[in-house]
Order: sequence, then structure tokens, then C-alpha cells
Amino acid sequence: MAEFLQFLISGLTVGAVYALVALGFTLIYNASGVVNFAQGEFVMLGGMVTVFASALGVPLPLAALVAIVVAMVIGLLLHRLAIEPARGASAVTLIIITIGASILLRGLAAIVFDKQFHKLPAFTGDTPVDLLGAAIQPQSFWVLGGAAVVVLALYVFLEHTLLGKAVLATAANRLAARLVGINTTTIMALAFGGSAAIGAIAGILVTPITLTSYDVGTLLALKGFAAAMLGGMGNPVGAVVGGLLLGLLEAFGAGYLSSTYKDAFAFLVILIVLFAAPQGLFGRRVVERV
Amino acid sequence: MKTKATLKIALAAGAMSLGLAHGALAQNTVKIGSVLSVTGPSSFLGEPEDKTLRLYVDKINAAGGVAGKKIELVIYDDGGDANKARTFATRLIEDDKVIAMVGGTTTGTTMAMVPVFEDAKVPFISLAGAIEVIDPVRKFVFKTPHTDKMACEKIFEDLKRRNLTKIGMISGTDGFGASMRAQCLKVAPTYGMQIVSDETYGPRDSDMTAQLTKIKNTAGVQAVVNPGFGQGPAIVTRNYAQLGMNNIPFYQSHGVASKSFIELAGAAAEGVRLPAAALLVGDKLPESDPQKKVVTEYKQTYESATKQPVSTFGGHAYDGLFILVEAMKRANSTDSQKIRDEIEKTKGFVGTGGIVNMSATDHLGLDLSAFRMLEIKNGDWSLVASGS
Amino acid sequence: MRALMNQRFLTLAVLAVVIGILPFVFPSSYYFRVASLVWVSALAAIGLNILMGQAGQVSLGHAAFFGIGAYAVAIGPVHLGIPSWAALLLGAGLSALLAFLVGRPILRLKGHYLAIATLGLGVLVALVITTESRWTGGPDGMPVERLTLFGWRVSGSYTWYWVTGGLLLIGTWIALNLDDTPTGRAFRALHDSEVAAQVVGVDVARFKLQAFVIAAVYASLAGSALAFMNGFINPDQAGFLHSVELVTIVVLGGLGSVVGSIVGAAVLITLPQVLTVFHEYEHLLLGLIIIVSMIFMRSGIVPTLSSLFLRKARS
Repeated sequence: MAEFLQFLISGLTVGAVYALVALGFTLIYNASGVVNFAQGEFVMLGGMVTVFASALGVPLPLAALVAIVVAMVIGLLLHRLAIEPARGASAVTLIIITIGASILLRGLAAIVFDKQFHKLPAFTGDTPVDLLGAAIQPQSFWVLGGAAVVVLALYVFLEHTLLGKAVLATAANRLAARLVGINTTTIMALAFGGSAAIGAIAGILVTPITLTSYDVGTLLALKGFAAAMLGGMGNPVGAVVGGLLLGLLEAFGAGYLSSTYKDAFAFLVILIVLFAAPQGLFGRRVVERV
Repeated sequence: MKTKATLKIALAAGAMSLGLAHGALAQNTVKIGSVLSVTGPSSFLGEPEDKTLRLYVDKINAAGGVAGKKIELVIYDDGGDANKARTFATRLIEDDKVIAMVGGTTTGTTMAMVPVFEDAKVPFISLAGAIEVIDPVRKFVFKTPHTDKMACEKIFEDLKRRNLTKIGMISGTDGFGASMRAQCLKVAPTYGMQIVSDETYGPRDSDMTAQLTKIKNTAGVQAVVNPGFGQGPAIVTRNYAQLGMNNIPFYQSHGVASKSFIELAGAAAEGVRLPAAALLVGDKLPESDPQKKVVTEYKQTYESATKQPVSTFGGHAYDGLFILVEAMKRANSTDSQKIRDEIEKTKGFVGTGGIVNMSATDHLGLDLSAFRMLEIKNGDWSLVASGS
Repeated sequence: MRALMNQRFLTLAVLAVVIGILPFVFPSSYYFRVASLVWVSALAAIGLNILMGQAGQVSLGHAAFFGIGAYAVAIGPVHLGIPSWAALLLGAGLSALLAFLVGRPILRLKGHYLAIATLGLGVLVALVITTESRWTGGPDGMPVERLTLFGWRVSGSYTWYWVTGGLLLIGTWIALNLDDTPTGRAFRALHDSEVAAQVVGVDVARFKLQAFVIAAVYASLAGSALAFMNGFINPDQAGFLHSVELVTIVVLGGLGSVVGSIVGAAVLITLPQVLTVFHEYEHLLLGLIIIVSMIFMRSGIVPTLSSLFLRKARS
């Protein structure tokens, strides 16, 4: 039981980060149809800016705020300078642009910061909490709680504010949204800024556990993308469920099966799910019009 | 049509920028090449190597060079990609016409470059860890870091002294971790060690509690060994403390031999043991220690120039460069073949990694005494007195 | 029809001339090495372009087949005792078989779902190669025995320049011809609209599978060639980042353009060699160049430039 619980919390913690990255993918995808492979770099920025700001003597909460703002500015710049000028280009072209952006941001971070690994102090100490025999880092609760707050805030924003409804309308049908007077360019900018902020928050929450460096983004983008697809691209609930599920698959795979083949196990499950449900767990069926 | 144009432009631009970067070739310079993983997953190894080489070549040149010739250093960054490393190796030989090479950050990139230097008959002093670099011996390939096999032996020696024989292993699946794991499994029976649990983690994994829980719940584990480098071992160490496994002796490898490991792992690193070069404990060595002077000087020079803590990785580059420079002096020639012969004759060279005595059958020249067993105490390295 | 024939012939002739002339301007054998790398990557990209550009199916795991080809010629002679040339064919056969077996279920998926499924396939293959070190040498890779054909030992960057150049010519010729066959037309119909293609009687599933198998064989042969050329192979060649690089070559050069894949490979392989003099700014510049070229040449370098050229010629 203690063992099971240990794996469960470990999987949920890692999964919560995947979920936030997947949520970032979803938000941008819904507003613009772009699959943003630079999403992992926002997570990197969140962690690295916080580390370097606090090294300069800025108190941690303020450093975290600075990191979120920096990531948002980068997100907005990405949209304004790289995505907006290529409006109307094909989906693959846009994907390659975001891949270029991810290489650029990584290169930039290596120059501005450095190539070493860094850590942040855990928000509330390192003393493990004993939960029915499982030893849990307090920071795990911060990650889980933080992720929950972000998801909840996003839900309230989308369902209960006018702006949020405009985002949903744009996601449902961009042309129709424009016809009813929604400025879809603003909505897209909003989506990039928002998803950069979500990524940065994930980076700040998880750095005390996982450490960070200029190149942590690539793997997170890969896992986040996998999580988003597992849940069903474009569905925020799917992104969260997909992320948590992926984290759990890895943890239980490592714990009960083979630690070497845990990634294989996770991707095998993704393949099987997609064969059974080609639109992911919560995806919409899209009918191609001719 | 366009293919040709694009290619030509690209090649012309490449040639031009090269020309600009290196300037006119003077008669009294000699070129030494290096291919390092300054970026990519092994950048924490490649970066100190890069800085060390640049720093000391400048110093050597300021002091008048080697045998009246200035050294021109050509460094390329392979980003940890073996295929790219191979191309840069060809470039060093064919285009830059270097007389020797000190580089090859990882075993993967080194092994990809070995055939190029063997074919060209140019000496290649590798900075990679695995034993396969020099075993079997290749005529033109040398290396400076201790092998992973030696690390396993040093750890097992210490375990034997403590009467601990049942060990759990948790290894990274990167080149370093996988190679050392294989070596440890190989030499374990010689020391009477029994591997009762054998787990692995991916080089980018962020949580190893699942694997450690399995080891913890394996009956009879008396000690745990973690072959790995990069941030992985720091996370393993933190998870180790989180799971309250501190009562089981824990061994890291020489792959974490830099101060940043202690910083990253924090309080969890207390009591961890690892085999490492004397460089880390220079200030704690007795005055009589032959390495004392070299390691304290290197540490001071590196830290004051880069403002970063010294690591054994940069030390390997220091050793490689000076083994080469000494050989060049003895050969009093820029002929690659003669330099190779002199490198092989290196005897009693005092480096940061140990005292090097090479021979035709040993292109490393270090024995187990080059490794010190360290223990982390109060956030710093300390020497484990033999017998404790 | 004749115009098409001529254009195809012209493309091949120009490619042959370029391959033939470059050795005269190359100052050292390092350039032969870089050019050979371009030919090999171009070969893999041309195959992938048949899948992506013509049949409109994305693959984010294509390096898996590259890796299978590479490791087949590494493992075959050492562990199984089969001659190198047979190992090359075995690798191509294995890649085709794997593509055929997983192709049917995977290619039912659309768009990004197809991308993640192929990515998953790539991760699985790369993981097996990295882990089964008894056979593959693990993450540090393994040496490859030189290719011997009829007693002739193929080695040296000069020789490999011609071998890979020849392979590229054949690959280009086949890809160009495919364009004009019923299969090629079916591929293009798929690319435009699957539903429409189906309605006019194209067996969508079969043709997608065909494109996938062809692309896999191209990648596998390219992988074998690189392994022979390097005399050494490691799992990076089968990894996710290499898959991304192949896709980038295809899109940068131009989806659906055979010449585009060659140009794309030339740009993406030579760029790091040129940019390396900028040391720490290398990656920043590489990213910037990719972004800027995709913004201004959004359908790829070759299609954009040739339509620009045609427009100029008309006016």
C-alpha cells in the first residue's frame, strides 16, 4: 500500500507538470491552430528566470512573478514576430517555425544564463511528509495544488468571462468568431501570453524537485504534446487527464514493470488508446469537408 | 541549378568565415585541434574543458609558446552529436591540418572520431570516461580520465573493507551510466559483490522515487551505487533522502565530481561517498602529496578566470593539454608521429587526475591510487581515511 | 507530357552535373565528407517527402527507419555473420515490413494524431536500440564493418562521395518518376483531400500504406549508407531529434518538391558547419534562420523561389 501510494504521488506530481504543458499546447492550438513546440521553453524560462532573479537578491515570490512576466513577454513576442507574419501558412510550416523558435530560445538562454543545472529551494522545506508509509516531498503538494489552481482559474476564465467566451468562440470557428466582431488576432496574442504564463508557473513549481537548465524544454514539449494528444487535442479537460495519466503510466511502469522500458510502456499505451479512439480520450470528431 | 548555387554559397561562406576567424597562417604557429560537447546534454563536461583549453593555451603562448612556436587552438562544438563530431574531426585533419587533438567529451563522440585520427596518424588525447577508448589499445588514441572500471573497483574496494557485499544499483541510461553499470556488473564477482537489485532511469527523468522504492523494498540491500552523470544523480540523491534511506551507505561515481553536485543535492548529499581525483580536495591534501602543487594551482587559475567552481572535467583537459605539450617539447618537433611516440613515453607526469605513467600497452597510465575515496561532510568534500 | 518528361530529365541532369562538378571546387576531403552527409540526408528526406508532400501524411518518427537501416549493417556482419551488402537489404526489408505492419493502424489516424503515433513508434525503436546493448552497444553506439562489394572495400570520403551521390541520383530518379505514375497521382489526390480521393475511387488506405513503406525504405537505405560511411553508429541517429531534423529539411526545402528536399538538406547540414565560428551564438542564429526562412518562404525554399522566378520570367 505504501509502495502503491509512493508511485501514485510520484506519478501525479510529474503528471501535473505534463498536464500544464499540455494545457499550454491546447490553449494555443484552440486559438490559432498552431502546435507550439516551443511550449517547453516557457517552462524552462519560468525556472531559469526565477533562479537567476533570486540569485540577484530578489525575494522568491517576486522573482517568480518576474519569471512569469518575462515568459509572457516572450510568448507575446513569439506570436507577434514569428506566428503573425506567417498567418495563413500551412500547419507544418507553422510547426517548423515554432521548432525554430525553440532552438532560438534555448540558444538565447544558454547565452543570457549559463549551461549549468540549477535548483530552487522548496517553498516549504525539504522534510518529507509521511502519508500512510509513503514519503512525500512537501513540494509535491505545491505542484499538485498549483496545477489545480491554474486549471480552475482557466476554467472560470473560459466559462464565466466575456473574453474567455471569445476565446472559446475562436476555438470553435475562427471565421464565425471574426464575423460576430471578435478580434481574433488579440485572442491569439492572449492565448500565447496565457500559455506562456502557464508554462512558466509549471517551471517555477517543479524546479525545486526536478532542477532546471537551459535545455529542459525539449523533453517537456515532447511529453506535453503526447499528453495533449492522449487526452484529445483541443480539449482542456483532455489535456489535464492526459498529462496525469502519462505521469502515472511512467511511475507505475517504472515501479511495477521495468524502469528501463517505462517510456516504452507509456508510448505503447498511447498507441493503443489512439488505435481504439483515434481522436484521443476526449477529442472531438472532426469531419473533413470537401 | 539552385542546389548548386545554394551549396556553393554555403561552402563559400563557410570558407570565408573560417579564413576570417583564424587569420593568416604564420610559420611559427602550430595547430592543436579540439572537438568538445560545449552545448547539448554533456555541456557541463564540455564547457569547463573548453574554458580550460582556451585559458591555458593563452598562458602558454604568453610565456613564449612551445619550443619557440605559438599554439593555435581550433575548437569545434559537436553539441554531443557523434555524427557531427565525426565531421568536425575530418575538418580538423583535412582543413585545419592540426598536429594533435585534445578533446572528445563523451565516449560516444570519441568512438565516432577515433577512426579519423587512426587513419590520419594524428595523436588524439580523449577526455571521455569509458574503458573502451583505450582497451584495446589503439596506436594514436590516449585518454586522461580514469576509467569507469576503475571507479567500480575503487567503490567495491571500499565496500569490501566495510564488509558490505549485497548492493543495489541505480544507473542512468546515458552513455556514461550504461557503460559504468556494465563494468560494475563485470568486476563485481572479483570483489565478492552481489548485485541484488538493478534499476535504471532516463538521463532526463525528474523523479526516481519509484526505482528507489523498489531497491528499498529489496531484502538484504546493504549499499547502493549510482553510476550516472549530469543532474540525474542529484535527483537520485534527493529522492534517496526523501525516502529515508540514509541508513544504507550510498555511493556516487566520479561522474558527479564537481561542487555543483553538492549544491544541487543539498543536505541530502551528506554522507555520500564517491571515488574522485585529488583535484576536489586539493586544500585538504598533506603538503607531502606530489599532486598538491598542481591541483591547487589549477584550481586557483581556473576559478579566478571563470568565476566558476573547479571540476575534475576541466582537469582532464588540463592533463591532456600538458601531456601533449610536454611530449611536443621532448620531441622538439611538430611531426605527429614523433609526438605520438613521446606521448606514449610519458612517465611520472603529475596531473590533476593522478600521476601518469604511459606505455605501449597502457594509453591511460593511471592506477587505482589516482582515485581518492571522498565523503561529503558539512557540504564539502572530505578524504576518507583508509580503513574507516 | 513531353514538357514534363523534359523537366524531369533536366532536374536529373542538373543534379548529376552538380555532383560531378563539385569535386573540382572542393579544396579538401572535408568538403567531400560534408557533401556526402548532404546526399545521405537528402535521400532520407526525399523518401519522407513522398509520404509528407505527396501523400500528405506527417511522420515524426522517421529516424526509426534510418536507425533500423544503420543498425542492420552494424549488427548483421558482427552478430549474425551475414555479409554487409545482404545486411543492407535485410535492413531495408525489415523497415518495409515494420512500416507495412504498423502502417495500417497508424495511418488511420489524422493530422497531429498521426504525428504523435509515429513519434511514439520512433521513441519505441530508439529505446530498444539504446537498451539492448548486448546487440547494439548501447547509448555509446557500436562500430560498423566496412562495406565490401565484390572484393572492393568501400572506404574514404572521396569514394563515399560518389557512392552516396549515385544513391541520391537513383533515389531522385525514382521519386520524380513516381510523381507521374497512377500511384503518384493517387498520392497527390490524398494530399489535397482524402475524402475527395476516396469518392473518386482511390483506395486511400492502400496508397497511404504504399507511401509509408516507400518512405521507410528510403530512410533505411540512407541510414545504412551513413553507417558504412562513418564506420560507427549510435542511437542518436534513430532518435526524436533526428526525426525532427528530417521533417525540418522536407518543410524548409519545400513540401512535395524533390529538389526541395536536396536543397533543404544542403542548407540544414552545411549551416552548423558555417555557424560554428559564431561559437555560443550558433543555436540562436540557426533558430533565427529557420524562422525567417519559413516566414518569407512559407511553402519552402524551392517552390517559393521557382514561382518567384516564373513570375519574373513572365513579366
